[in-house]
Amino acid sequence: MFCDECKKRPATVHVTKIVNGQKSEVNLCEECARAHHKEWSMAYDDNFPINKFLAGLLGFDTGKTASSVNLNLHAPGKCEHCGANYNQISQTGRLGCHQCYDRFQDKVEPLLRRVQGSNRHTGKVPKRSGGSIRLQREIQNLRARLQQHVSNEEFEQAARLRDQIRELEKGMAE
Amino acid sequence: MRDRFVNQALTKWMEGTGKESEIVISSRVRLARNLCDIPFPNVAAAEQTKAVVSQVEGAIKDAEIEQTSGELIFVNLEELEPLDRLVLVDKHLISPQHAEEAAGKGLILRADEAVSVLINEEDHLRIQCLFPGLQLEEAWDLASRIDDLLESKLDFAFDEKLGYLTACPTNVGTGLRASVMMHLPALVLTNQASRVLASLSQIGMTVRGLYGEGTDATGNLFQISNQVTLGRSEEEIISNLVVVATQLIDHERMARQVLLKETKPQLEDRVCRAYGTLTSARIINSQEAMTLLSNVRLGIDLGIIQGVSPQVLNEMLVLTRPAFLQKLAGRELSPFERDVQRASLIRERFSLDG
Repeated sequence: MFCDECKKRPATVHVTKIVNGQKSEVNLCEECARAHHKEWSMAYDDNFPINKFLAGLLGFDTGKTASSVNLNLHAPGKCEHCGANYNQISQTGRLGCHQCYDRFQDKVEPLLRRVQGSNRHTGKVPKRSGGSIRLQREIQNLRARLQQHVSNEEFEQAARLRDQIRELEKGMAE
Repeated sequence: MRDRFVNQALTKWMEGTGKESEIVISSRVRLARNLCDIPFPNVAAAEQTKAVVSQVEGAIKDAEIEQTSGELIFVNLEELEPLDRLVLVDKHLISPQHAEEAAGKGLILRADEAVSVLINEEDHLRIQCLFPGLQLEEAWDLASRIDDLLESKLDFAFDEKLGYLTACPTNVGTGLRASVMMHLPALVLTNQASRVLASLSQIGMTVRGLYGEGTDATGNLFQISNQVTLGRSEEEIISNLVVVATQLIDHERMARQVLLKETKPQLEDRVCRAYGTLTSARIINSQEAMTLLSNVRLGIDLGIIQGVSPQVLNEMLVLTRPAFLQKLAGRELSPFERDVQRASLIRERFSLDG
């Protein structure tokens, strides 16, 4: 299919307009589409920057209805620690400081689930500042391994792990 | 020492050593970390940015860190010429964003450039290890040890549930981005590349061109990295990427054998014409140079071309970039002048081996 406009290059951009129930289609090549870009006020960029994309997700977080979008606009607020406000964050796709994660938790959590598929860190824990978290993590890991041994009926190994877990739990209590 | 980083093209990852170096050019591991109580660089005030630089600079001057990582040199990006910063981008030592606006930004480098720490890029700290060949585990191991030592001196922003907190939510959790740069000419020639690489996005991997986001895969070079940083341990992320890279290596090897078996004359013709052009051309643009270098490298790997070292491709990746050509010439060059300079440089490099 060739471009409706220049009739030379292949059409790669397809636009469907519905005005008062009247449907019309336009097929354009990239170049002509770019020329039309302002007319349709649609985002047609050369690149696809990830932060803009994220910002989009942050902005339209809570739903599709007009009222919830309005709610978003009225609810933003500011992070007391760094002064970043929600508009700023949703524009740049970047948070202002570590406390923004807490401050804007209700927005960030769904976003994380969407882009990361998870909202729980299971990796490395800093040695110094993460003392008790580190122990907890280790106990969790040992418990998972214990389960595995039990279901494989490897009771000797399981018993050893059980003792290890008790030892660690004692350390936690102290 | 600082001059060496911008005057010499050769850097650790170009060595052509390491596992699977025939197909994997380099392996990189990057850890994003932020200091507690100071806003992220995009929001921080000038004096806060400065405080980050001096805290990190202080922490790095530590006998124990140097024992682990080797001697580290601090570079203040503000003191470098814009062109020199672009050279560092070409060498994959800093990101284009880091080079663009130097105010308040720092860089810590090991002499062989395999270790670098970017200060005040998108996050306060980006700890990077960049090794030749497939050495992701080794790179992760070193990056993690440097991270431990820095953490013993600096307070990192860490949340029990979300892990390491970063400016962009796409890095939160482990803050780990692992990537391999792979040369996959046979997959491209046999029209399998787009299909194979597109399938990677379904298993949480991102494929990019040589110079990161939004760049083309010139020279049949692809950068493959993990997309997800949260909910998986570092070891899982690394081993997933190793598995993917190993599979791609197998596919590429198979495709090369098919090409050799079924279209040997065409393959030899392609390789030898590329060699002929590179050793004779007087004007060559960067795109053409990369394509031909990729063909020559394939010819070297398959024994069609002998007596030329396989690192030629790796070295030329940087040497023939606009910033480095201008650095060599010692002045700004027009695009045409660069094409002439590039052609002459390539001829010279081949005559060394040939």
